[in-house]
Amino acid sequence: MNETQPNSFKTMPDENGRFGIHGGRFVAETLMPLILKVETAYKEVKTDPDFYAELLYFQKHYIGRPSPLYFAERLTEYYGGAKLYLKRDELNHTGAHKINNVIGQALLAKKMGKTKIIAETGAGQHGVATATACALFNLECEVFMGAEDVKRQKPNVDRMRLLGATVNPVTSGTSTLKDAMNEALRYWVAHPDTHFYIIGTVAGPHPYPEMVRDFQSVIGKEAKEQLFEAEGRLPDALIACIGGGSNALGLFHPFLDDADVTIYGVEAAGLGIDSGMHAASLTGGTPGILHGNRTYLLQNDDGQIVDAHSISAGLDYPGIGPEHSWLHDIGRVNYVSATDEEALVQFQLCSRLEGIIPALEPSHALAYAAKQLPLMDKEQVVILNMCGRGDKDLEAVLPKLDERGLL
Amino acid sequence: MSKRLAASFLKAKQENRGILGVFVSAGDPDTNTSTKILDSLVAAGADMIELGMPFSDPMADGPAIQAASLRAIKSGMTLKGSLEIASKFREKHTNIPLVLMGYFNPIYRYGVERFVKDAQAAGTDGLIIVDLPPEEDAELRDLSQNSELDFIRLITPTTLGDRLPFVLEKAAGFIYYVSIAGITGTKSAQLESISSAVNKIKQVSDLPVVTGFGIRTAEQAAHVASLGDGAIVGSAIVEIIAECDAQNLSAENTARKVSDFTKLLADAISAHKPE
Ligand SMILES: Cc1ncc(COP(=O)(O)O)c(C=O)c1O
Repeated sequence: MNETQPNSFKTMPDENGRFGIHGGRFVAETLMPLILKVETAYKEVKTDPDFYAELLYFQKHYIGRPSPLYFAERLTEYYGGAKLYLKRDELNHTGAHKINNVIGQALLAKKMGKTKIIAETGAGQHGVATATACALFNLECEVFMGAEDVKRQKPNVDRMRLLGATVNPVTSGTSTLKDAMNEALRYWVAHPDTHFYIIGTVAGPHPYPEMVRDFQSVIGKEAKEQLFEAEGRLPDALIACIGGGSNALGLFHPFLDDADVTIYGVEAAGLGIDSGMHAASLTGGTPGILHGNRTYLLQNDDGQIVDAHSISAGLDYPGIGPEHSWLHDIGRVNYVSATDEEALVQFQLCSRLEGIIPALEPSHALAYAAKQLPLMDKEQVVILNMCGRGDKDLEAVLPKLDERGLL
Repeated sequence: MSKRLAASFLKAKQENRGILGVFVSAGDPDTNTSTKILDSLVAAGADMIELGMPFSDPMADGPAIQAASLRAIKSGMTLKGSLEIASKFREKHTNIPLVLMGYFNPIYRYGVERFVKDAQAAGTDGLIIVDLPPEEDAELRDLSQNSELDFIRLITPTTLGDRLPFVLEKAAGFIYYVSIAGITGTKSAQLESISSAVNKIKQVSDLPVVTGFGIRTAEQAAHVASLGDGAIVGSAIVEIIAECDAQNLSAENTARKVSDFTKLLADAISAHKPE
């Protein structure tokens, strides 16, 4: 562990929840006391061995961790450059990385004596993970999901309902993830005594960005050990897709102080950055305040939030976690982007070459790998976060693949 | 305290009543109608205007004010436009306090310093910025206090415990008591709970306490205003504007409907004398 080395990138946030100018606690006064309570409770469990023992138990026996680190030989050959390892978080129970964070927060909610849970969801993966944990721990579950996403991620809506959650379709704004988060926050304001809000990504008011990062960092910690075992060294590069940025930060964080590891975060470029129809807050946004934190946002000159666009419901968000904004400002992580079209191609390719149907979200990471790996030497090694599986996307993707002659 | 706010509270006190504050969104449903509505509020007896600066993602607002924001944005309203509406209002109405209400992002984007300067030049008296709790408000509060804009703090039912002295410590202008844990335009608080909260606040602060959220009728306004130093009505007014807009009423007719309702509120508050 090099947690305490000088010039570490791992000492953030400060006591006010800031990552540089980003982060903070920009919430209505009604929520402020609740957020402070979550912060206090999280501080306590952070150093509580019993809490970690319980978390570890569920990680191992329920989620199925550690997830494998798999050498994707055929994709490596196809791309023709660096060796590609996939961190197989799509094999987790419920099919994505989201459950890593949810189990942690649900255990915290229980510890705080809360019996009711709120969650927002885009692709539905966080909603499904939360509904799952609520079934497991006997908690009531209210999920807020944009009406548009309810349509394009129907299998996940069905799963949540089967698991016993109430799915509230949100019709305000553009009826996607941003609006679901607004509505979840509004619901929390109205139920401050009974409910715990499980945020699904490394965004929102402090301490959520830190807490979610910590719970997701298991991805990077495992990957680091597993690669040492497989290759006896650190990777040359990491690649992960970014919606709010939780799977990415989970992989990146344990490597931030390893100066020789180049890190790429892949945002969704939608129809192309120049089209204006994208979800790339760092590439195409400016700093602002939304959902409790300061961070890069898609907004117009008047400070009104602009709609994001991505084929992937999980990346369709006009903001990004504040720690990413900071890592972008200081240049530690390279933020790049991939279009809808590029992601679709990889969705099919990964299925055909590896027998792994990736979610649309990590298909964006693959799209960047397809460009970057051929530029690297064959001796070099890259870890890509395969953060979710694509079953949920089939209904939306198959007609598109058919149109393109890819089926 | 801003001179206009102080005068408004003093006048109400001399008349043995609380003040009536009315919330509308700037530019709802368009600039012309919005301007006429503001004039009509003054004529109808409002003591204070809360002018909403529209934001696309109003986290603490219910459906009515969300829709008002979106109508205004759709008609082209901006932060700059809101300040222009305020400025024109001030040319016509020199005494009525006008408080700007909104969310931080448009201000941050506009530039905090520039905003404070322009808000003062427009003749506004205070700021209520919903997503700047005391932990985050220094970057705007410090500048506004220097410029004689009162940075108004909110107290909510969840604040009333240990946190109360901390929040009241740097409060200015008046205390806005948010009477429910919830968003605008949804539920109403019990009078007893408002009364008890106002008393708690008054034990710690000398500032006037004005209550808002969930006040929909003249009767409620009168009761609530009498429990402290005033009442603020928002969603109920904004819903009238929405209805007029849906019926394509003229600016004059919309302003008249809003004014009729505001007059009911003002009369009820004047008539209701504390026992
Ligand atoms: C599989 C998958 N990957 C990525 C994301 C994006 O979230 P984050 O950037 O927080 O990992 C989602 C969100 O729903 C998802 O389901």
